[in-house]
Formats: sequence, structure tokens, C-alpha cells
Amino acid sequence: MLLQRRNGVRNRRGGLLWREAVDGWLCLLPWLFGFVVFTAGPMLASALLSFTEWEILTPPKWVGLANFADMLSEPLFRLALWNTLYYTVLGVPVYLGAALGMALLLNTGLRGTAVYRTIYFLPSLTPAVANALLWVWIFNPDFGLANLLLNSLGLPSQKWLFDPQLAKLCFVLMGVWGAGQQMVIFLAGLQGIPQELQEAASIDGANGWRRFWSITLPLLSPTIFFNLIVGVIGSFQVFTTAYIATGGGPQNATLFYVLYLYRNAFDYFKMGYASALAWVLFLIVLLVTLVQFRLAKRFVYYEGEEAR
Amino acid sequence: MRDRSLPAAPTQATDHHTNLRRHRAARRIALVALGQAALLAGALVMIVPLLWMLSTAFKKTGQEWVFPPVWIPNPIWWRNYPEAMAVLPVPFQRYVFNTVTITLGATLGTLLSASLAAFAFARLRFKGRDTMFVLVISTMMLPSIVTLIPTFIIFRTLGWLDTFLPLIVPSWFGGSAFSIFLLRQFFLTIPRELDEAARIDGASNLRIYASIVLPLAQPALATVIILQVLAHWNDFMDPLIYLNTMENYTVALALRTFQNVRSQRINYLMALSSLQVLPIMLLFFMAQKYFIRGITLSGLGGR
Repeated sequence: MLLQRRNGVRNRRGGLLWREAVDGWLCLLPWLFGFVVFTAGPMLASALLSFTEWEILTPPKWVGLANFADMLSEPLFRLALWNTLYYTVLGVPVYLGAALGMALLLNTGLRGTAVYRTIYFLPSLTPAVANALLWVWIFNPDFGLANLLLNSLGLPSQKWLFDPQLAKLCFVLMGVWGAGQQMVIFLAGLQGIPQELQEAASIDGANGWRRFWSITLPLLSPTIFFNLIVGVIGSFQVFTTAYIATGGGPQNATLFYVLYLYRNAFDYFKMGYASALAWVLFLIVLLVTLVQFRLAKRFVYYEGEEAR
Repeated sequence: MRDRSLPAAPTQATDHHTNLRRHRAARRIALVALGQAALLAGALVMIVPLLWMLSTAFKKTGQEWVFPPVWIPNPIWWRNYPEAMAVLPVPFQRYVFNTVTITLGATLGTLLSASLAAFAFARLRFKGRDTMFVLVISTMMLPSIVTLIPTFIIFRTLGWLDTFLPLIVPSWFGGSAFSIFLLRQFFLTIPRELDEAARIDGASNLRIYASIVLPLAQPALATVIILQVLAHWNDFMDPLIYLNTMENYTVALALRTFQNVRSQRINYLMALSSLQVLPIMLLFFMAQKYFIRGITLSGLGGR
């Protein structure tokens, strides 16, 4: 009798567990289908396509490594890669620095910080197209705001987006303007730092500068690391602002990688070559991310890690 | 402080302390002033471009080509708005309608598919679950460009080019890995006892999802809605690739078209741009809390 009941309970529980597994997979089904059809499948397909020559209307032709060899001999590819690296290496630290500076300012608890927080955040909500159009107008060599500012400081006007030397810097400035989202993330990180630590250091005679380097920065390093990873991945994929603002010019100075890829795929219909480009970008981003994770082991401080 | 209460405190030391205190107070005031100045300078940098957009949008044609520029247009020429819309080949409402359709369709899909997946990840136990979750996390880091071309081919083969389907359908299949992640993290904070109690009462998992988890997760769902609306309203690359005829264009594409044909009409262009910005700003002021929360959570995910 007792045994029977126990078995009954076990069966019932077994049934529940089985039910849970079935329901679990059912809940995952839409995502799983999407993952296979829109992520894993296409990744595999683009890997295969990268070894073909394909103009959509004719069947793909296997060409081996020809697409990759083409890249190496194609000056525009090298230029696009160079532009993107330049923009990333210069831009990401600059706008992360700006975001961190804003967050530190807002974290001082000075009067009016709630209003300032909103103001600093607003530009990052501007849609990329409106954003690019606005900045083209600001950088207008004859009537733009940027030259107004320079002239009022007694400096000569610049050609900005029309100057191959300056065009990439303009994109960095646009990035600084839109750094509000990273700023909010930094703010959250700063607010997670226990106040007692700062006070204790203060009592021990550490000045503001010292407290920043010895407490704030180490404790904020996971947040900095996160913003860095996401920032670099995003920066490698810059497209819309360049497409709208400069179309890659002047003299291809803002021909960024994804813009180059887009043109090959959707203007010249070189789908095989564009797939190869996509995979090369993916591998570069993966490599850069892995390197950052390696470096993070040395520079990022995770609280409570020693306890483990 | 203490030496004042000591009767035999040496006067010299007291003087020294007051001096020090005065010095510190002065330093503090200077720092606060410096901080306020920096805050204000930053605010100017952030707000002036937006004001410049508005200022240009309300300038009568001709006034925008004055240098140095006039900040407050005289007269304030609101007619730029109807005039700019009249230049567009299709009524502007049409672009708004298209964008709203895509945004709503995609957001609804994400809400449903992502919350179902998140429910499985957070509340149900089964073999393979954690492996699947690792897959979700890794797609968050994947540059979307890698899957672009084959996805385009799929939609082309299905005959979906120049329809809204390529912009909506992926969202119904868990298109936003980050939304799944965000919802899962929130679902984990809902006490498990609630599920157990409902289960003892004979509630099915579907019922637990619909009657317990979803109602308690409203803040997280609101955050997902906000982030999705933002992403789809602002999106440019996907509509550019999938939509071909003017009637199907989104607001972003309409702006691009206008830029192509009438780039000299900068006051019109700024007027139309401000119309793309406006709904997002309104949404932000209505749901500021959820915006900040969503962005913040996306950062804490990295911790």
C-alpha cells in the first residue's frame, strides 16, 4: 500500500518533470526556430557562399579562396579596413572617456544633476538618420555651427566632412555627442560602488584624485570593460551615419567596412565576395573581443573574486 | 572641533585650524563652482545641436543661408512642415503609418517570443536548457552583418522583398537575444514559491506563465517594449535593404529620399528630421524610468 503510494508519487513527479521538459522546449521553440533559420543557418550559408562567385541571377560558382585573395589585392578593402580600425581605435576611447567624464560629473550630487542627466542622455536617442542629417548641417563649411564656433574662437573655418583629413574626426565627434547610453551605464556602475569605501579612504587622507585611481576606477573596471566590448563591436559596424552623411567620401576617407560590404552586396550584387567580407569582419571582431577578454583578466577587478 | 571645548587649547593651534577650515571651505566652493561650470558646458554641447535643428526647421527659406546664423527665426515659419511634406512623393502620414506598423508588429512579436523563451530559461528545469542559454548569450555578441546576405536570400526566395514581413517576422522568433536575457534576469527574481503553490493547485506551466510571471514582470516588459520601439523606429539598414517602393518606405527612408532630391532645402530637411526625433523624445519623457532602466540593465549584463 505504502509502496504503491510512493510509486504513485514518483510517477506523478516524473510526469511533472517530463511535462516541464516538454513545456520548456515548447516555449523555446519560436526562438530555436529563429536561431536555426535566421542565425545559425545563415552563418553557415554565408561561410559557404564566401567560397563562391554569385550574382544572384546565375547559380553560384565555386571559386575556392579567390574572394579572399581578391580582398588582399583590393586597395579599397584595405582602405575600408584601415578607416574602420582608425575610427574604432580613436573613437571608442574618446567617447567612452566622454561618457565616463559625464557620469563622474553627474555622480557628484551637485545641484541639478537630475536635469543634466536627461539633457546628456537625449542626443543618444536621436535616430541615426536624423542624427546624420543634423551633423551634415552642423559641419556645413559655409553656414554650419561648427565653423561658427571656430570663428568665434578666432580660428579659421574648416571643410569638416569635405576634408579627407578631418572627416573621420567628425564621426568621432558625433560619437561623443551620442555617448549618453554609455554614460547611463557608467552611472549605474558608479552608484554600485559602496560609499563607505570612499569615506574610509577619505579618512585615511586620500585626496579626490587618489580615490579615483585606487577605488573608483578599479571598482568600475567591469563596467568599463563591458562598455568597451560593446563599443568596439558597434564601432566595427558603423554604417548608417556614413551612408547618409558622406556616402563614404571624401576620397573614400569614410568608406567604412560595412559600407564597403553593403555596396558589394547590394549595389554590385557580388554576394560571394560580400559574404567573404562578412566572415572576415566576424573573425576580426571575434579576435579583438577575445584579446580584450584576455587583457581583462589583468585589468578588470571583480569584487569578491578572491573569496572564491 | 574638539579643541574648542578644551579650556587650555593653545590659541595658535586654534587659529591654524580656523584658517585650515576656511581654506577648505573656499576650496569646496571653488570645486562646486567648477563642477557646475562643467555640467553647464556639457549640457550646452548636448542641447545646442538639437536646438539648431529646431531653429533651422522654423526658418523661412533663405534665412537658413545667413552666416553668422540667427538663432530665433523671424518669423517663426511653421509652414516648412506642410511644405516639406508636400515635396515628398507619398503623403508623410503613409511613412508614419508604415513605420508604426513595423514597430508595433516587431515589438509585439519580441514581447511574446522572448518572454516565452525567458520563461523556459528562468522557471522550467530541463536537460539542455543551459546550453541553449549560452547560445542566446553568444548571439548577443554576433555582428548582425554576418547573417545579412543569406537572410536576404531567404526573404527574396519567399517573395517577401518590398513587404514588411522581413522586418517583422524575425521578431516573432526570438529575434532579440538581449530581450530574452533581460526578461530571464527579471523572471529569476520572482519567488519560485508562487509557481510551486500554483502547481499544487493544478495550474499548468502555461497558466503560471500567463497568470503569475507575466503580470509580475510588467516593469521588465515595459523596458523591452521601450527598447524595441526605439530600435525599430530608428532602424535604417534593414528597411533600406528590404523595401523598394516609396509607398512602403519608413520615415527614416523618406528622410533619405528627401536628402537625395532636395538636399539644398535644409530647413525642410530639418523639419522632417525633427518629426523623426519627436515621437522618441515624447516616449522618453513619458517613460524615462524604463529607458534608463533598460539601458542600465544592458550594461549590468556585462558585470
